[in-house]
Amino acid sequence: MSILENAKQTAQGLFQAGMAKAIAMAPDSWIPGGEPDPLIRERHGHVGRPVSRIDGPLKVSGKAPFAAEFPMEGMVYAALAYSTIAKGRLSSLDTADAEAAPGVVLVMTFRNAPRMQPPPLFLSGAKAAGGDKLPVMQDDRIHWNGQPIALVLAETQEQADHAKSLIRVGYEVEHADIAFAEARDRGTDTAEFMGQPLHDEIGDAEKALQDAAFKIDATYTTPRHNHNPIELHGLTVAWQGDTLRMHDAQQLVAHTAWSMAQVFGLDEKQVVVTSPFVGGGFGSKSMWQHHILAAAGAKLAGRPVRIVLSREGVFRLVGGRSPTEQRVALGADQEGKLTALIHTGVTVKTPHNAMPEPFILPTRSAYAAENVLLDVQKVELDMLGNTFMRAPGEAVGTFALECAMDELAEKLGMDPIELRVRNEPEKDPISGLPFSSRHIVEAYRAGAERFGWSRRNPKPRSVSDGEWLIGMGCATGTYPYYRMPGGAARITLTREGKAIVDIAVHEMGMGTSTVQTQVTADRLGLPMDAITFNYGDSTLPGVIMAGGSQQTAAIGASVIAAHNALIEELLRIAGNDSPLAGLKAKDVGSRNGGLCKLDEPERHETYQSLLARAQRDKVTVEAQPPQPLETMHWSMHSHSAMFCEVKVNKVTGEPRVTRFLGSFDCGRILNPKTATSQFRGGIIMGLGLALMEDTQFDERKGRVMNPSLAEYHVPVHMDVPEIDVIWTDIPDPHAPMGAHGIGEIGITGTGAAVANAIYNATGKRVRDLPITLDKLL
Amino acid sequence: MSISVNGNAVQVPDDPRVSLLDLLRDGLHLHGTKKGCNQGACGACTVLVDGERMLSCLSLAVQFDGRSITTIEGLGEPGALHPLQQAFVEHDGFQCGYCTPGQICSAVAMVEEVRRGVPSHVTSDLNSNVIDFSHDEMRERMSGNLCRCGAYNGIIDAINETLKEAAE
Repeated sequence: MSILENAKQTAQGLFQAGMAKAIAMAPDSWIPGGEPDPLIRERHGHVGRPVSRIDGPLKVSGKAPFAAEFPMEGMVYAALAYSTIAKGRLSSLDTADAEAAPGVVLVMTFRNAPRMQPPPLFLSGAKAAGGDKLPVMQDDRIHWNGQPIALVLAETQEQADHAKSLIRVGYEVEHADIAFAEARDRGTDTAEFMGQPLHDEIGDAEKALQDAAFKIDATYTTPRHNHNPIELHGLTVAWQGDTLRMHDAQQLVAHTAWSMAQVFGLDEKQVVVTSPFVGGGFGSKSMWQHHILAAAGAKLAGRPVRIVLSREGVFRLVGGRSPTEQRVALGADQEGKLTALIHTGVTVKTPHNAMPEPFILPTRSAYAAENVLLDVQKVELDMLGNTFMRAPGEAVGTFALECAMDELAEKLGMDPIELRVRNEPEKDPISGLPFSSRHIVEAYRAGAERFGWSRRNPKPRSVSDGEWLIGMGCATGTYPYYRMPGGAARITLTREGKAIVDIAVHEMGMGTSTVQTQVTADRLGLPMDAITFNYGDSTLPGVIMAGGSQQTAAIGASVIAAHNALIEELLRIAGNDSPLAGLKAKDVGSRNGGLCKLDEPERHETYQSLLARAQRDKVTVEAQPPQPLETMHWSMHSHSAMFCEVKVNKVTGEPRVTRFLGSFDCGRILNPKTATSQFRGGIIMGLGLALMEDTQFDERKGRVMNPSLAEYHVPVHMDVPEIDVIWTDIPDPHAPMGAHGIGEIGITGTGAAVANAIYNATGKRVRDLPITLDKLL
Repeated sequence: MSISVNGNAVQVPDDPRVSLLDLLRDGLHLHGTKKGCNQGACGACTVLVDGERMLSCLSLAVQFDGRSITTIEGLGEPGALHPLQQAFVEHDGFQCGYCTPGQICSAVAMVEEVRRGVPSHVTSDLNSNVIDFSHDEMRERMSGNLCRCGAYNGIIDAINETLKEAAE
């Protein structure tokens, strides 16, 4: 087991080549998931049932408390003033009128803000949560157009908003790099993502492309996007003695508590972050400047602070997805086998964050091509730090790749599904690892049949209905299975036979408490109403982010570890009179409200009996799962086959999606009701990506020009048809519960499916998102 | 001057700048009415004013002297949910739950608009007094309520199941 022990100690450096190779070569049984989770075999429990959300009644009655809804005694309201230049310094900052305005308690600028450390940048450490690493209100420097330059606290929101308008600002403007094309022409650098260069090469792809019998070579562009959860970013924060207490909207509670502690020079235990309900996140609800400014203001004023960003403020202060310019070139032989697969391009970041949009990620495991060249170049601009937005990399990368596959299929005169099937890899093309679970061909077959793909006319612009042109398209979606280090869970079992699970995870709409109550009930052999699932609190065990679609796996592995510890502990206290006496933990499982010998289920004792005999009111255990070596031993991904039907108006160019089907291969589905909603939600955001979403960035001033929901268009009811969702339900034998997280897969492939359908309808190939009506006239 | 909020008389605020939304949330701690944009673009703040849907963020509280406001808290509560609230739970007509109160308030009033024969952008016959409560009519009339989680299908299913009869 020395490989495992070593790996634990070097968890942060797991990518070291030797270790990676050792883990890849190790026997399956040494790897987490090598022995399938016993819950995968369980087919008669709560898992897999369409249970309605247990917090549903709270949400539909407006009783679920969100971050900006916790009242505090003596609380004041905050408003922020933002820079209107992209780079330079403040030459004057007159706050006298604001300070004299009615109700104002504090005007904080760089002159009176407390000295604070810069926020630890997300990915720079195990618990770092900052969207960027710039110092917050510490000097007169301006780094982006929209940077907060003053915080006003007042007795009411109206007073704070008014006082903010009285602040007079002068700037000394410096040249800012804000134009993408200019920066690109000056030169680019290879982008790094999570410590690794975004670059892969197999063979000589350019030469193979030249020599290919069939080829396409095209450029695809995608714009900036903003997450725009409907809940505005906000928090209610107070200093209670030495403790910083934050009611937050947060998908990283434990990371944020630690990171805020670094900023203010505190022990992490002095920061308590809770976030029981998050009104949507999609990658945006991490730690940004408003957290630090509100806490600093509360410290200076000696009063609790409520800060709620305006919708414009969210665009100014919370990063979004960066634009990309991608080249996809594909070469194929007569049979459609790929001989060359090139996916390269440029994206934008800032000097102070670590997030180049990694659009080649989906391509790494997509197709069996003989020669591959993947590369992401970056330029750095003076702008707000961009960040992770739903399926970073995959959402826009699959748009380019899967449109290109559609273009190649047409050149070959081949059905686009058949082209994909012919290039299905047997193992991961880049890493060489075996796939843990890949049933994408089954997903395509099932989807094609249900959608009526055979009725598609492959000749573009050949089907119409009155003034509407009609077309169908398909595309592949994919998203990795991740499980990040930092998992931990605590289980408390009471003498009444109830179990309490404590884990610092999040509910942003995924149905976390519902689904995990189902899973835990089955794992412990208890009814759902015997389980209490506590989450959304940084003081609970675990450093687990709701991101990368990894929370389900992270909770699963953590609860497995805690459950194993619970069995050990119960056997230890069982005593000689127990029917379980003398058994080893590995031979014992949970069933029917107690423990039994796995191959002799009648040797059983209830939890109540076990605790009563041991004269214990409760038993509490806490455990951490093994490091996530499974992702280095298998190539682990979710997959989907997306089918879209559109109509495009011949007169106006208006595109409408009339039908959509997502056929998913994402391991076992834990709750069909909430899973359907997650799949549909991802697809709907993908419809937005395809047809309307565009954060318009003024390349003269570096300012976002449409910072509102009136001008940044997201799909509304009328844009969304009934979306059909099916899945293979084949468990991944190497994942906890056999399940994959499914929050991000839905947005992947969707943009390409829409674009390909529009091409089929109109004969117009739009390679520049969003596909608005002007591009179809 | 007073406003009736869920049947309770409430003083109109002294500060004329206070929106109805901020009165509800900050003044009365009725946090079920949500703030998603504060500029009339998202619908999360929808409440019922004398039975009609209204964006409370675009309304000053002082305008509502003598009027009757119903918020999501006035429609139902856990244990005694409004049938539409229950249908939202059953059809999973939400994920994060933030836009949900606005969707529900909006739908309740929307059905009344259909019943009264108020036409929408997709109504084919503007002269008819009877409007077909179709999928398109529901979607069009609910399009002022954004849901970023994308629970639209479940929302429409819940409305259709609960309110179709009332609309016709």
